[in-house]
Amino acid sequence: MRMAGRKIFISGDEAVAEAVRLVSPHVISAYPITPQTVAVERISDFVEDGSLQAEYIHVESEHSAMSAALGAAAVGARTFTATSSQGLLYMAEVLPYVSGARFPIVMMNANRALAVPWALLSDHRDSLSQLDSGWIQVYCEDAQETLDMIIQAYRVAEDERVMTPMMVNLDGFVLTHTYELVELPDQAALKSFLPDYSTDNKMDLDVPKSVCLAAMNHYMEYMMKQELDMRNVESIIEETDREYGDMFGRSYGGMIEQYMCDGADAVLVTLGSVTGTARVVVDSMRSEGYKVGLVKLRFMRPFPKAEIIEIGSKVKAIGVVDKDISVGYEGIVFTNVNSALSDLDRVPQRLNFIAGLGGRNVSKAHIRDMYMQLLEVAEGKEKEKIQFVNARCEYNG
Amino acid sequence: MDKNMVTNARELTNTEFFYGHKACAGCGGSLAVRLALKVLGQNSFVSLPPNCMSAVGFLFPQISFVTNAIIAPFAANAAVLSGIEAGAKALGLKDHHVVGFAGDGGTADIGIQALSGAIDRGDRIIYICYDNEAYMNTGIQQSGLTPYGARTTTSPAGKNLPGSIKMKKNMFEIVAAHGISYAATASIGYPEDYLKKVSKAAQCESTSYIHVMAPCCTGWGFPGERTIEIAKEAVDCGLWFLAEYENEKFTLNRKPSSFSPVKEYLMKQGRFRHLGDDDISIIERHRDHKWEKMLKNWDS
Amino acid sequence: MDRPKVVKYKEPERAEDYPVGATFKAGHLVQTNSGWRTFRPIIDQDKCIKCLRCFLVCPDGAIDKSGESLEIDYDFCKGCGVCAHECKVGAIRMVKEGADEDGR
Repeated sequence: MRMAGRKIFISGDEAVAEAVRLVSPHVISAYPITPQTVAVERISDFVEDGSLQAEYIHVESEHSAMSAALGAAAVGARTFTATSSQGLLYMAEVLPYVSGARFPIVMMNANRALAVPWALLSDHRDSLSQLDSGWIQVYCEDAQETLDMIIQAYRVAEDERVMTPMMVNLDGFVLTHTYELVELPDQAALKSFLPDYSTDNKMDLDVPKSVCLAAMNHYMEYMMKQELDMRNVESIIEETDREYGDMFGRSYGGMIEQYMCDGADAVLVTLGSVTGTARVVVDSMRSEGYKVGLVKLRFMRPFPKAEIIEIGSKVKAIGVVDKDISVGYEGIVFTNVNSALSDLDRVPQRLNFIAGLGGRNVSKAHIRDMYMQLLEVAEGKEKEKIQFVNARCEYNG
Repeated sequence: MDKNMVTNARELTNTEFFYGHKACAGCGGSLAVRLALKVLGQNSFVSLPPNCMSAVGFLFPQISFVTNAIIAPFAANAAVLSGIEAGAKALGLKDHHVVGFAGDGGTADIGIQALSGAIDRGDRIIYICYDNEAYMNTGIQQSGLTPYGARTTTSPAGKNLPGSIKMKKNMFEIVAAHGISYAATASIGYPEDYLKKVSKAAQCESTSYIHVMAPCCTGWGFPGERTIEIAKEAVDCGLWFLAEYENEKFTLNRKPSSFSPVKEYLMKQGRFRHLGDDDISIIERHRDHKWEKMLKNWDS
Repeated sequence: MDRPKVVKYKEPERAEDYPVGATFKAGHLVQTNSGWRTFRPIIDQDKCIKCLRCFLVCPDGAIDKSGESLEIDYDFCKGCGVCAHECKVGAIRMVKEGADEDGR
């Protein structure tokens, strides 16, 4: 049954804090970094006013933030941390640690460009550099989805079939500092959606264990187990999304969302907040008769391979908007999409749009241009395969 | 005396909590871990960064810790301890100890930031630095606690250098400078004193720190049977000291009327055997300067 | 003697059967350390005054004090010789492995 909730006007960072208050972790350990700061400030307010009963550890670095979360999770506590950019990379050592230990820590990451050069605005190089860390990664389009995904992240991560940490990504400033009307789920109903966390995978005074151990001769088998379990995660994400939709009225399509993809000749694949802009462009181009659609890639790990193959089999051209670049190759999302598409007998035409680096604007006009190029390559025209969008100067492509 | 104090072998439980490990025969670090856990007991959560003790204790499926134990990221042993304590508190666990063991590098070099953070927060954890004066697990490289004149694989002794050219980082006073509620130095050469200090740390309501000298026969170059003798001699010759910091005061627990010869202590160890009298004089002068300050400023 | 014993470990046949997480039960010994020894310590019970010095300083905890007399767990004694070196009354001798108690 659909439970209507209270609506409040908040930013993406505040939506994270509200979600954390709703799921009520035992331990929060975090170190401030722009643009994640407002989230940890609000969480601190909630701990101070007693509306969130949690231990807040004022750690002295991101490396310690994740390590303290690891320690808390290691005794079976529900934990939360939050970071961004340089902070994420500073804790990078501990990410595979946590996923290998199979501790379901949930982390908010405010996507921000990596130094150098320094830039405080959003792109995805931070989180995409950690694709191989063994974490589940979801990317949100707006503050409402962020709040919903923090809640769902605990349900997915703590599922005994999953037991894997999850990173909830939202674009710095564009989402973290932008205000919108957000509906909060009813707390009582939430209790039945997200039960209290309990696990055997912990240090336990009654059943003592060694955790994060060394297994030189069994390393490969532990990793096989981790990979096999990760393969089950997709169905649990979808099941969680459906149930959340039934209870709270919002569901997001699971691994990906297809927008106007039926009958489309060309689709764009997007991650995060740029999806919102692309929707508007698709609406207007469809009204003009262009056969264009949009694929909102929600999860990067596990990767929605089957969904990408299915889309690839029905369109003529796919463009990937990468707010990142793997210097020396191409966009990271593009590489992943290409790898999935390679299973097709007939691979559609593909273009890679490197856009929004360091928070460079990606406007409706830019997206419209991407679609126009895709429609042209769909008709057999040649275009530069990897392009920088909205650069201030020319380059030798 | 408090009933919870353990000060000698008779009061020490027969039960072992760190057993069947693969440390070198005669390993001083393993004795430091073993004795501390015998004081703290089964309800301990133990955290160790990657070091000899974790390497020899967690070799799946050979698990030597009988208590709960975890390997922490190298730089973050204290942060993991803080997390364990916060988690245990939030879950309502009672009557447990959260104890960490890190070596000299894991404490004074890569782990010092996390340790400083934990002490600053006053988290209720016991942090034990077992000091064997070099990175032994990786093959005897110089650390911030390697003493002057010690030959390591990254501070070789040769025509131009006498081995390490720096004195030990002053971890005990660095820790005390935080205003920690309890800190102590100890040595496995004086095991009863060490037991007493672990007992005191166990009763501490906030962060406590023990810096225990634990010779490494392999890295220092002496026969394993002499581990306790060498540890004791380090104290007796004045190159190490037994002290406490509590209630904002330093106390020397042992004030030798005279020092045993430094040269004898040094010459028993392969890592110092190349040293000439000039270098030994430098070491003695540094020792005398240190003791002069301690005797002047600390209670004894 | 009250010391942990070696147990049999059966390796999982399938990856699915591995633990969730790099986690395993505490105090799980599958191997002894007795093969490390070149010399083994022997306590002369007549000379022993039960001061417990050896029990205290054994890095491996291989000396048990629960019985009438001190007992060495030869499964886990590595033969380091700390006990013999530290014994104040000379009640512990190190004897070459393979030789009898008199070292022959």
